[in-house]
Amino acid sequence: MSHDTLAIIWFGLWGLIWTVYFILDGYSLGTGMLFPFIAKNRQERNQIQEAIGPFWGGNEVWLITAGGATFAAFPAVYADMFSFLYTPLFLVLIALFLRAAGLEFMHKDDNPTWQAACKWAFTIGSFLISLLFGVTFANLYRGLLIGKEGYEGNLLSLLNPYGLLGGLLFVALFLLSGSLWIQLKTAGDTAKRAAKLSRPIAGVAAALLALFFLATANRTPLTDNYADYPILWIVPFIALLAMLAAVRFVFRKKIGLAFTAVCITIFAKMAFGFIGMFPNMLPSKIDNAYSINLFDAAGSKLNLTIMFAVAVIFVPIVLGYQLWSYRIFKDKILKESAKGYQ
Amino acid sequence: MDEVLILSRIQFAVTVVYHFLFVPLTIGLVILVAVMETRFAKTGDRMYRKMADFWGKLFTINFVLGVITGITMEFQFGTNWSEYSKYMGDIFGSPLAIEALLAFFLESTFFGIWLFGKDKISPKLRAFSMWMVALGTNISALWIITANGFMQNPVGYVIRDGRAELESFTALITNPYAWHMFFHTVISCYIVGSFFVMAVSAYHLLRKNETPFFKKSFKYGLIMAVFAATATPFIGHQSGVFATKIQPAKGAALEAVWETQEKMPFHIVQFPDAENEKNSIEGLSIPRIGSFLYTNSFDGKVTGLKDIPADERPNVPLVFYSFRIMVALGIFFLLASWFGVYLYRKNKLENSRRYLKMMLYSVLLPYVAINVGWIVAEAGRQPWAVYGLMKTAEGVSPISLSQIIFSLGSLVLFYTILLVADVYLLMKFARKGPGTELATGTEGGVKHVS
Ligand code: HEM
Repeated sequence: MSHDTLAIIWFGLWGLIWTVYFILDGYSLGTGMLFPFIAKNRQERNQIQEAIGPFWGGNEVWLITAGGATFAAFPAVYADMFSFLYTPLFLVLIALFLRAAGLEFMHKDDNPTWQAACKWAFTIGSFLISLLFGVTFANLYRGLLIGKEGYEGNLLSLLNPYGLLGGLLFVALFLLSGSLWIQLKTAGDTAKRAAKLSRPIAGVAAALLALFFLATANRTPLTDNYADYPILWIVPFIALLAMLAAVRFVFRKKIGLAFTAVCITIFAKMAFGFIGMFPNMLPSKIDNAYSINLFDAAGSKLNLTIMFAVAVIFVPIVLGYQLWSYRIFKDKILKESAKGYQ
Repeated sequence: MDEVLILSRIQFAVTVVYHFLFVPLTIGLVILVAVMETRFAKTGDRMYRKMADFWGKLFTINFVLGVITGITMEFQFGTNWSEYSKYMGDIFGSPLAIEALLAFFLESTFFGIWLFGKDKISPKLRAFSMWMVALGTNISALWIITANGFMQNPVGYVIRDGRAELESFTALITNPYAWHMFFHTVISCYIVGSFFVMAVSAYHLLRKNETPFFKKSFKYGLIMAVFAATATPFIGHQSGVFATKIQPAKGAALEAVWETQEKMPFHIVQFPDAENEKNSIEGLSIPRIGSFLYTNSFDGKVTGLKDIPADERPNVPLVFYSFRIMVALGIFFLLASWFGVYLYRKNKLENSRRYLKMMLYSVLLPYVAINVGWIVAEAGRQPWAVYGLMKTAEGVSPISLSQIIFSLGSLVLFYTILLVADVYLLMKFARKGPGTELATGTEGGVKHVS
């Protein structure tokens, strides 16, 4: 395999790892955002905690893997992406602290202030992670303010209307995913409340997705690749189709199918973005000459080969034991027996 | 730029020290909990179930903070050391990615299975899950230290297109420097874990609370401590001999050796005076032992700092005192654990109040030892980030002062809150003791089971 082919394969894997992260953590983040609105007493809080307890840590490791894989396969992207997006990244890190500590420490003390603080840390942390990642990826589609001297933007320049739209879209998709997950994993009042919320959220998510595609076509250079290869339009089309299917399934109470459709939506939406960016990884809004593309950023051939072999061997093993863990915890969690994080 | 560099270094130090307050207990305690789970699976004795639950709870509280503070580490090379990352990423990145793939998934998935699967899986599978978590934590240590080992002793690379590129993966993963560090670090984490278990047990033994339970727990800690504290001075010694060969400046700083000399004595009392490039006091000297400690030979030649250019020397007093503290503590751990064995053998443990008190108040000392140990290894390598290849000052990101002030300020704030919460919870549950297996309570008139 030539160095360039390997680099392209790694670009695909890079996109895939981020996508898997958003699909998986999407439901745990959504569950976190919905938590105070669905769990009304301690037993219900236990139920919701237990619905994501065995999984969310593994979901978050996909994010760490995304960081590590960026570092290993595209060192220059790792260096520039995270130093350019310095402030938002630290906000994400803090949000990750809040979510994890809030969730796991919530019931370790009976003091009501402690519990309220943990509850909101969990919820607000989940919200900020979703929003900020949405904003970040939308800005990648739009192009960052990379100039001759390096990065010229700041936090406020990321919070442009298109970026915010991308953030809200993530929030909506994850909320939907979370509300469906709660229905899949718990029984009783929590599931009923989640079902009530699913409907309006599904509508809002579908509207935001359509708006986002429109804005992307009008406001960003992302669709240039699509103009060159019109067949690629099938990807955003799948995203919309899956989204509409999700809405329909939500209203027809086919929760498992609705959840699957949301996962496909997130997958196709992310694929749409990565295909549009190709071969850039950090596109410049100022001038494409300053963009950082995958060929410039790629690691050495030996490094990419070894990392590829490691991925081919170990990703299936990881997926294997993660699936096993989903099987162990396949039963619905009941209010009477839920223990949560004790 | 200078302030940015200094603050970036402070931020790295803060984040890495916080991370290494939580991780060592994870690495040490997980093995003991896994052993307890295994004993339960084998014997079915409820005592072991109770032990695994009690110590497992403390493990759980601590574990999450190791994870949280670890995420910062994963991204921090990009945010704050972007020039370093560009130069080194081809080599430094892959161990980090492999660490995530091999270790973090294993740890987090099996931790979830262990924690929530209590009633769903057999005791055997529970024990297995805990061993998988233990395996994960140790693999994680191995890969991150492989990355650090490259910074200490760069191997298997070529400089091409203005960056270091991987030339031999085998050289990278068989780097002897990394393996020295790995064994020394992991075994010192076992000291942290075992002294933690002994301290909490001592607290309860002093109060005659659940004596059989805590005597047994103490014994488990003691066995691990004796093994780890006995091995540590030997491994540490070998580390020192090897480090001196690769990094003579760090080596010379360990004992503040200014003049190159053979048949060097060892000074039990010694105060370095860096300004005048000498030691202001050298006392209680033992002839030739210095040479032996450095070279494994009583005649060995030791390079002095004066033969190393002044701008390639580390902060000598910092390295020297850190090293002294580590070694002194190492000797203390050795004596304290063997004395514990003696008391246990004579069946005097639970009545030796002074010893138990000492063990209780020693709980923080292993934390001090591991952190000064890292100061020796890392400050001793300065001014280099990657020894001989890249100076720390060249690696920093071109970020603004306000950005670093924001990140450092918020990290210190949030980490401190987390640390306070962690210590509060650990003390609360450690004091409470094993108690009943499932507490129930009511909230707003609704009964709950946890
Ligand atoms: C008792 C005699 C000891 C000796 C002779 C010794 C020696 C050393 C040396 C030479 C280094 C620097 C290695 C390098 O930079 O390459 C080091 C580092 C370190 N030491 Fe020790 N040490 C001792 C005890 C301890 C104890 C008791 C602990 C903790 C409980 C500890 C924890 C560490 C750690 C965490 C490091 C940093 C990692 C590493 O470089 O291996 N050491 N030690």
